[in-house]
This record gives sequence, C-alpha cells and structure tokens, in this order.
Amino acid sequence: MLQTLIQVALLVALPPLLRGIINKTKAAFAGRVGPPLLQPYYDLIKLLRKDSVFSDITTWVFRAGPVVAAATPLVAGTLIPFGSAAPLISFSGDLVLFAYLFALSRFFTVLAALDTGSPFEGMGAAREATFSCLAEPALFLGLLALVRASGSLSLATMLGAGLGATWTTSGASLLMVIVSLFIVVLAECSRIPVDDPATHLELTMIHEVMVLDHSGPALGLIEYGAAAKLFVLGALVTRIAVPYGGANVWVNWGLLLVGISALAVVIGVVESVMARLRLIQVPSLLVAANLLSGFGIVLLAR
Amino acid sequence: MTVRLLLVAILLTGISGIPGLFFPRKSPLGERVSAVLLGTGCLLGLFSAFACLLPNAAASFEAGWPVPGGAFAIRVDALSTVFLAPIFLLSLLGSVYGLEYWSHADHPRSGPALRLFWGGLTAALALVVTAQNTLLFLAAWEVTALCNFLALTVEHRHDAEARRAGLIYIIATHAATLALFGMFGVLHAATGGFSWTPLADSAVKSGSTTALFLLAVLGFGTKAGIMPLHVWLPPAHANAPSHVSALMSGVVIKMGIYGLLRVTSLVAHPPIWWGGVVLGLGILSGVLGVALALGQHDLKRLLAYHSVENIGIICMGLGLALLGRAEERPELVALGLAGALFHVWNHGVFKSLLFLGAGSVIQRVGTREMDRLGGLARKMPYTALLFFVGAAAICGLPPLNGFASEFLVYIGLFRAALEKSGRLWLAGGLGAPALALVGALAVACFAKAYGVVFLGLERTAAPSRAREAGPMMLGPMIVLAALCFALGGAPAAVAPLLDAAVHAYGGGAPILLKMAPLNFLSVTALFLLVVVLVLGWYLYLRTRRALPGSIGTWDCGYAAGAARIQYTASSFADSLLRLFAWVLRPLVREPKLTGPFPKPSKFHSETPDVVLDLALVPAIGTTGRAFSWLRWIQLGSIHAYLLYILLTLLVLMLWR
Repeated sequence: MLQTLIQVALLVALPPLLRGIINKTKAAFAGRVGPPLLQPYYDLIKLLRKDSVFSDITTWVFRAGPVVAAATPLVAGTLIPFGSAAPLISFSGDLVLFAYLFALSRFFTVLAALDTGSPFEGMGAAREATFSCLAEPALFLGLLALVRASGSLSLATMLGAGLGATWTTSGASLLMVIVSLFIVVLAECSRIPVDDPATHLELTMIHEVMVLDHSGPALGLIEYGAAAKLFVLGALVTRIAVPYGGANVWVNWGLLLVGISALAVVIGVVESVMARLRLIQVPSLLVAANLLSGFGIVLLAR
Repeated sequence: MTVRLLLVAILLTGISGIPGLFFPRKSPLGERVSAVLLGTGCLLGLFSAFACLLPNAAASFEAGWPVPGGAFAIRVDALSTVFLAPIFLLSLLGSVYGLEYWSHADHPRSGPALRLFWGGLTAALALVVTAQNTLLFLAAWEVTALCNFLALTVEHRHDAEARRAGLIYIIATHAATLALFGMFGVLHAATGGFSWTPLADSAVKSGSTTALFLLAVLGFGTKAGIMPLHVWLPPAHANAPSHVSALMSGVVIKMGIYGLLRVTSLVAHPPIWWGGVVLGLGILSGVLGVALALGQHDLKRLLAYHSVENIGIICMGLGLALLGRAEERPELVALGLAGALFHVWNHGVFKSLLFLGAGSVIQRVGTREMDRLGGLARKMPYTALLFFVGAAAICGLPPLNGFASEFLVYIGLFRAALEKSGRLWLAGGLGAPALALVGALAVACFAKAYGVVFLGLERTAAPSRAREAGPMMLGPMIVLAALCFALGGAPAAVAPLLDAAVHAYGGGAPILLKMAPLNFLSVTALFLLVVVLVLGWYLYLRTRRALPGSIGTWDCGYAAGAARIQYTASSFADSLLRLFAWVLRPLVREPKLTGPFPKPSKFHSETPDVVLDLALVPAIGTTGRAFSWLRWIQLGSIHAYLLYILLTLLVLMLWR
C-alpha cells in the first residue's frame, strides 16, 4: 500500500523535475548557470494562476486537448512498474493499452491544434501526426521484443524481477531495444534531434507550434502532460536499462530516481552536442529505430 | 418456432418498400408505412436472431424449393447471429435516417424506389447469412448484389459519377459471383451436395480444397473489398446516398467475411498457408487502405478507403484464427476469430456513424470536397460531436469500441509471437507492428478529416450557411455513438456470444475471457474517465470567466486571409503521403513560379487508386483493343444475347 502511494505520489509530482535536470545539463554544457532546477514547477504554478484567452474560432476540442494530454500519461503511468511498487493496474495485454493511451493523447492534441484554424498549428499537427506514424511501430517492435524475451504479455511481468535474468541470456537484444526506445522517447517527447523545444521560429517547430494558442491553465496542463509523458516513457526505458529488483525496497526507489535522472542527463547531453535534424531526415532516424528493434527481435528468434 | 419469427422478419423487411409505391409521390405517408414495416421486421429479426441461440430454440427450418438441388433450408447458429445483429440494427437506423435525409418530399422519384431496394437488400442479407443450401445462398447473394446496385444508382438520372460507380460495382460483383459459382461447383464435387457440408480429410489432400480456398478468396474477397480486389468499393461508397453507404460499409461488405468464415470452417485441418495468405492480405489491405485514405480529398471516398483498412484488420484476425487451426492452437483461434467478429460489429457501428455524419454534412452544405468545408463544428455542433466519437472509435482509441476489438487481435498476434513455431512468430512479429502502423496512420487520417471538415474557419461560403441536422438524422447517430461507448466500455458483455461463434466456427471451449481480460478494459476506461473529468472540471472552473471582447487566433501579425491560409486536407497529408509515394504514386501538378510577381496559378494533387486507375483500367483498355476483332458478336440486341445463352446451354447439355 505504502509502495503504491509512493508510486502515485512520484508519478504526479516528479515529471517537471526531469525538464529541470535537462535544462541544467544543457546550461552546464553551454557554460551557463542556467535556471534553477525547480524552474519548471515555478512555470507551472505561474501558468495555473493566470487567466486564459480562447480564440472565438475554437470549439470544445481546443479545451479537451490539454485535459486529455495531461490525463493519459498519468493513466499510462499506473500500468508500468516503478521502483518496488507493482503497477496499480496490470493485466495480460496492458502493453497495448499503454501504447494506445499515447495515441489517444495525440489525437486530441493534433485536433486541438487544428481547432485554431492557424496555418502554423496545422503545420505542427501534420508533423506530429507524420512522425508518430513511424514512432508507433517502433514502440510496438520494442515491446514485442520484450514480450518475446520475457514470455509474458503484461508490463508488470515483462519489466518485473525476471528482467535481470533476461539481460544475461539476451542482453544484445535488450541493448538494441533500449536504443530504439530511446529514439522513440526523443521523438514522442519532441526533443532534439527530432524537435527543438527551445527554438523560436514557428516554421521549424513541431510540438511548440501546436500549442501556440493555448494560454494560462490550459497551457499549464499541456506542459505538465508533456513532462509526464517524458517521465512515463523515460521510466519504461530506465526500467529496462536498470533492472532493479533487489530485496531492499528503498534501494530500488533510489535506483529508479538515479536511473531516471541519468536519462534526463543523457537527453540533456544529446541536446547539447547535436543539432536538430532537418525535418525530411527525421523519418530516416525513426525507420532506423524500427530496424534496430527488428534486429533485436530476430536475435531472440531461437 | 423462433426461426419462423426470423422468416416473418425477413418477409416483413422484404416487402416493406412495396406499400410506399402506392401512395402519392410527395406524401410522407408512404415512407412512414415503409419505415414502420421495416422497423417491425428488424426488431423482430434482432429478437429472433438472439433467441435462436437459446438452448431449446428451434434454429433451423426447411421447406421444399422446386429448383434442382435446391431447398429452402435456413439455420441460425452463433456465427449467423453475429452477422444478423448488425444487418437488422443498421438497416433499422438507416431507414429512420432516410426519413429526413432522403424524404419522399425531396426525392419524389427515387425515394419510394430506394425504400423498395432497401427492404429487399435487408431481407436478402439476412437470407445470405442463414441459408444452409448453397443454391439458396447464391440466389440471396445475387438479390443482395442487385438491390445494392439499384440502391446505389438510385440517382442515375442526374449523377454520372454514380452511374460509373454502379457500372464498376456490377462488373466486380458479377466477377465475384462467377468465382463463387466455381467454388460451389468444387464444393459439390467434393461433398456431393448443395449445402454447407464439412469436407472429409481425404478431400483436403486431393487439392480440390486449394481450388475451393482460392476461389473463395477471389469471390468473397472481392465482395469484402480486400486489397487488391477492392476496386469497386471506393467509388460505390462515395457516390451512393449516405445511408446506403452506411449499410454497404457496415453490413454488405461483411458478407464477404461471412463467406470466407463459412468456407474455411468446412475444412477441419486447413493448410498453414491459408492463414498466411489471409493474414498477408489483411496486412496489405490495412496499410494500403489507410494510406490511400490519407490521400483523398473527398470525405466519403476517405471513409470508403477506411473500410478497406478495417476489412484488413478483420482479415488479420481471421488469418490468425486459420493459423491457429492449422497449428492446433485454440487460444489463437479464439483470439483471432473473436477479434475479427467483434471488429465486424464495431466497424459496422462506427463506420455507419461516420457515413451518416458525412451524409448530414453533405445534405446541409452540398459538397463532399473537404477543402471546401471547415468550421462546421460551430454550425452543426451535435453532428460534429457524434462524428468525433466515430472518428475516435475508428482509430481504435481507448475507451471506445474500436480499441476493444483491435485489442483482441493484438493479444492474438502477441501470443503468436511467443510461439516456438517459426511461422507463427513471424506472423505475430509482422502483424503486431503492422497493426500499430495502421493505427497510427488512422489517427493521422481522422485528425485530418475531422480537423479539416469541422474545425478551423470556413474555407468557402457554403459551410457558413449550414444548419444543424434534424432529429431524424441525429437520432440514429446518437444510438450508434452510444453503442461505441457501450461496446468499448463493457466489451466483456459480448464475450459469451463471441465464444459461441468461435465454437460454431470449429474452435474449442470458451476461453476468451481467460485469454483476454476484457474486464480490465472497463476498469481502465472508468479510471481514464475519472482522471479526465477531474482535470476537465478544474480547467472549466479556472476558465469559466472568459475574457471580454472578441479574440481571434494568434496570426503572427498577418491579419488577412485567415481562412485561405489554413492547412488543407492535402497539405496535412502531404508529408505522410511522401513516405508512401513509392507505392501510391500521387499525382501533383505544381505551377512553376517565376519572376518577382508570379501570375495567379493553380496547384492540383490527387491520389488515384493504385489498382483501378493505374493498373486495371489501362489493362482493360488494352484487352478491349486486342479483342476488337470479336466486336461483331456484340449486336446490342437482347434477342441475340438470349440466343447465345440458349446455344451455350444446348452445347453444354450435349457435352455432358
């Protein structure tokens, strides 16, 4: 019970911190002090206290977008195991629901963008829809490799105590899956090299341009939802990379926190040393992610 | 007794259009009498279809039929019930919708005729899925095809496109029927009878089952619209009256699936390549169907290509079930078949909802061109909301019904991927990511469809004058949208029927709920709903106090031309279509802009059908030219053709 409470508390409270870590890392690479680690929280609080402006053109879809974008990662987060806690909800085939919750969020975000009738937001929506068409099969191929390696269809078992043993028998496959899923995380969460969250030109944006018209609490929900998505997908990758499952529950929680912070640092490093890819090159990167997971599965075909 | 009720239902629906012919053309009385007759028949049919499954119900009926080899034998098993339910439900809802959409006052010539064909189509469809005798099946099949053709071309006087669509349909459906004649001939040779009799194992080895299967795929696959046999489907669905499109997409194309199921159930141990072929065709139809849909600018053509995609998903489930039977894996049979059958229901529900929604838009605005629409959610809020539900459901998004059936297929594919057998895990390993790709593309396509038609600003003057659809059009759509939620929220309620259908198909004990924990889908749906409601309530409270004054979308400083610089259907899909350009070959005519002040110019893009426009039409043209020396036998006189038929029959009789 206590473990579940910790899980829910971390799931709700931790996501913005990841953004803080990424920004700190990028600042360190650039030789700056950077914003405080907790800046994303301050931003959120500021947004939630502001008033909202809604364009006359928009309909209910424009307001539903932020709500669904914030809700779906939280629900998806209850399906995967964290630290020592078993997932809140677990059943055979929950991995399909996990992936489709993100599709649900995308459907609403894209439509909320189109709701404004702005060509910029249409542009972002089209790009988001295009790139996720390639990221989605990669996610499924990665999950398929885990299914094949663990012999189970539920995320709780796939990422459970048996994962350590899987590393010894098919480590190479898992490594490929990690790299592939990492690319999926970068694409789904709009990070460099797919999208630049700090860019200031609408024509080159993906995620940021889709939310141009949102303001106040609605924008706050979007920002929170994006952070939660990064946290949940990041926790999935971390779990595969650090198959913690020792006897001491507190060590497990510590490993989770260290692992996910390390992931944020890695994302920060990637963002510091790489430039954003040209938009027409992004599909190649995502196809590469698909192929990598595909090879991972072929290695498991014994 | 119960099966006799079904016969009464078939009779009532079959004659429902006749009284309407005797009333004054413009009077609403005729259509009301027809609708009441059809409605009574459909409700009776729905009741008897389920009642026939009760333990002591009489589920079969036989009477003599003076046709050599024929018998009026019908039987209802769980498989029939699964198909009967959408036939009667969607026919009922479509007929109510038609009261306003195709009223006799607006269509005095075609209205009564359409009611007549609608009733005949419903009755014939119900006979197709219950006929035990193969000759009765073929007769009902042919009536279905003809009624469908007549309903589709009901506006033939004014609509040249509908005439062309009808021509393609009638050619395709008769090619399919020809394959079915061959198939039933093979079946007769193997079993010695004219009924759905299981084949002995010896027949399997002799190779006649190979012919049986290939002819079935050709005949039933054409009807179902499996790629590359789908050529008739997009034009027919696009040009029929919208409630006819809804019935065609929801029910008529499923007859092909029913036929494939019946034929494959006759063979106890199907060879493994059958499953591979069906699964492969399913993947092809799924991916190319949705990719072609992305390229369409015509709202109903877009929906039509999604029918090809969803038939692909159904075939993936069916292929999995066949693989499971070949490798003796009852859980794969159960998951694959239950997923396929459940998707038959779900597709019937959400696709009818979408076609009816498209019909409302077309009636109120007068165009199917998406790039002329826009902003309709503010003019037709209820239609928009209902279309939204259908769009989310067809994308397979939780917690709606499309997700529940795709979930079953997914679990089946993942289970296949766990198997030791190389063929099985290859099927799962290819199928699951392909289904994921189809799902993601569907999300993109329906974001485009809903976004361009209902959101943003009106692109032309027509949508700004639109009014909300009336109660007779909204009512059936509300029922369908509620079903999307109900079937998606409580899928476990359908499990007993699906288990029974799997058993009727040749599967084993009821294991569906053990294999696929559908109850958990309800739990997570509820959880998701609670989280969304809490956050939504918070946002509502915080933003209730709207800022005063009129505020437009932030336009980056460009104040003019907001409606014209919006993203259009083609610009939204452009980057995705580029990924598929190697197979879809989209046609783009771009103007060359020269000089500092370029002249006004036009941009045109379209995605022709790869099979029909790029392969079949040129091939038919070439064949026609090659056989021009035989033209002289085409006299254009019906007497001559009757003479040909008589001579052919005589030759055949002499030959035996």
